[in-house]
Amino acid sequence: MGDYKKMWQDPNMDIEKHDILCAALPEQFGDIYLTQKNRPDAMNYFNYVVAEIHGARIMELEKYKKEGGSVVGTFCVFVPDEVILATKAIGVGLCSGSQFWIEDGEKVLPRNICPLVKAFAGAKIGLTCPYFQSCDMIVGETTCDAKKKAWEIMDEYMPVHVMELPQMKREKNIKEWEDEIKIFINRMEELTGNKVTVESLKKGIDVCNRKRRALKRLYDLRKNIPSPISGLDALLVSQVAFSDDPERFIEKTEELCDELEERVKELKPNGKKRIMVTGTPMALPNWKLHSIVEGLNAEIVVEETCTGTRYFENEVSTEGDTIDELVRNMAERYMDINCACFTPNEGRTEDIVKYAEEYNIDGVIYYNLSFCHTYAIEYEKIEKVLKEKDIPLLKIETDYSEEDTGQIKTRVEAFLEMI
Amino acid sequence: MNYIGIDIGSTASKVSVFKDDDLKLNIVMPTGWNSVDTSNKIKEELVKKGIDVEKSKVIATGYGRVSVPYAHKTITEITCHGKGAYYLAQEDLTVIDIGGQDTKIITVEDGNVSNFTMNDKCAAGTGRFMELMANTLNVSIDEMAQMALKGRNINITSMCTVFAESEVISLIGSGANREDIARGVVNSIIGRIKSLLNKHGVKGSLYLTGGLCELEPFIQLLSEEIGSEVKTGPLGRYAGSIGGALLAKNIEI
Ligand code: SF4
Ligand code: SF4
Repeated sequence: MGDYKKMWQDPNMDIEKHDILCAALPEQFGDIYLTQKNRPDAMNYFNYVVAEIHGARIMELEKYKKEGGSVVGTFCVFVPDEVILATKAIGVGLCSGSQFWIEDGEKVLPRNICPLVKAFAGAKIGLTCPYFQSCDMIVGETTCDAKKKAWEIMDEYMPVHVMELPQMKREKNIKEWEDEIKIFINRMEELTGNKVTVESLKKGIDVCNRKRRALKRLYDLRKNIPSPISGLDALLVSQVAFSDDPERFIEKTEELCDELEERVKELKPNGKKRIMVTGTPMALPNWKLHSIVEGLNAEIVVEETCTGTRYFENEVSTEGDTIDELVRNMAERYMDINCACFTPNEGRTEDIVKYAEEYNIDGVIYYNLSFCHTYAIEYEKIEKVLKEKDIPLLKIETDYSEEDTGQIKTRVEAFLEMI
Repeated sequence: MNYIGIDIGSTASKVSVFKDDDLKLNIVMPTGWNSVDTSNKIKEELVKKGIDVEKSKVIATGYGRVSVPYAHKTITEITCHGKGAYYLAQEDLTVIDIGGQDTKIITVEDGNVSNFTMNDKCAAGTGRFMELMANTLNVSIDEMAQMALKGRNINITSMCTVFAESEVISLIGSGANREDIARGVVNSIIGRIKSLLNKHGVKGSLYLTGGLCELEPFIQLLSEEIGSEVKTGPLGRYAGSIGGALLAKNIEI
């Protein structure tokens, strides 16, 4: 990584502490990623993104801001990127997947809440995340109690816009989400000084749809037996999708897919068990479960998570000649995401059963971040259906710390022996 | 041909040897601090007993399974315990394995593991908990189980071992009957196992494996509390190593 310290002569960064993080990440990445055999060449770009995660991309954001542009941070797949793009702002999904930030997070939040929430709070108040420091505003949503209340605390540190996400999927709720999108449009217009037009919104929708299509293409390739790409690599691509420049990301992902398409022609079955991961998101740099599973005789071929299918499934229709119509299209697409914060949420079970077939799954691992209640409770329903369908299921509840790695490994290993 | 299963547990290491279809030998020894040392000691012990380890098939299991350099393969203790318990009981069953640092419930159907639940991250309901509480009461585990049989339950409310320990200390301090405290301790472990069983579901008969398998009073109380007979036998502690040895038959070396 280049020396970007000067750029951070910014009083808003705790440089020393951040250095600790910068030193740990490449080592962790090297151990987990670079030791994999026979990786696709096109993964080099994504390696580069991680190596430069606190360098080149931050420079881009800073440059954009100097030129008068705005940067907003998001945390959840419900925040409509289309609007951010339509107001010529840059949206970055803030990574909150490291134990590193937990300690600082626990200074202002209770210990017994989801590590993702503690991590993003910690990254902000510890001044150790340059992305946070680049953001002019963060966009929250009312998905779960932990996040909903954490925004109030975050609001003391930086401007926060909270979108009220309905928790049911009736027509009235879709209308409510339309309203929320409109309010968000206003807020983004105020922040950036750029008006949303039918044209700019259509353009935003188009970019997001192409990004979804690229990811879908990648996932479709994983349906091949064996998958031409490891679960770890595919997860990295999904994670990078949240913070990278969308056009460049699309281009690089399509390149990767071209290469994988060639690979598929030569691959022969490798006898590895095919695993689906379902559950809570894995924000960068959370590679814990994937590295455990793929360290054994198994490959993860699909993630039914927000850093997986929930991010790219379904496109936003561009039919319509008014902003209202386009907002309606967006609301429909977003309200079709099957997150456990909805009640009921039958669509998720249907998705899991469908993917199990499409991806030729041998077993499902239910990944639950500690203290994420909505997903923990929903397990019961999913367990029942998968049992009926005779699909083996293992639940892993964990946080970002490494202390339970050995136990998780034993459980996954026993699971693989069983299926 | 000899088939050897080596189960390096967190407190005790177990070894079982099959000659063809016959179970020839079982050894148990403390694991100690260093699993590699232990596995070397096991090898010496086997050689002393006239078993040519080099010409045998060896499977290692248990939490120290990776520390057996001469094993041909490692298999988790869950699969091995299921196999071993099935061999001992000769029928499909639900295994309760109380280990040193975790407790597992394993369902065996058609001789194979079909489902398992593990309590981890926490010592409540494990052999370690028994041991710590017996230490606090200044008796052996055997004595504590005997005492429990005579006592009337005092509720130990803490799930956490550390808090439970101080609870026991203050009970002792307040002059509570030691038998009653012992009963409380045993009940708290059983309660933990019961809740694991409830969550997991029971199929077939219940079978106890692990180091507590010869603790008569404990098994009696366990059966009473669960409301159905828990079977076990003196070989129950070797279920993991027996399962490992049986599985060793199928590996290619
Ligand atoms: S799990 Fe639900 S709340 Fe969490 S990021 Fe995904 S969609 Fe948002
Ligand atoms: S993982 Fe669960 S608890 Fe954590 S932020 Fe997402 S919805 Fe909330």
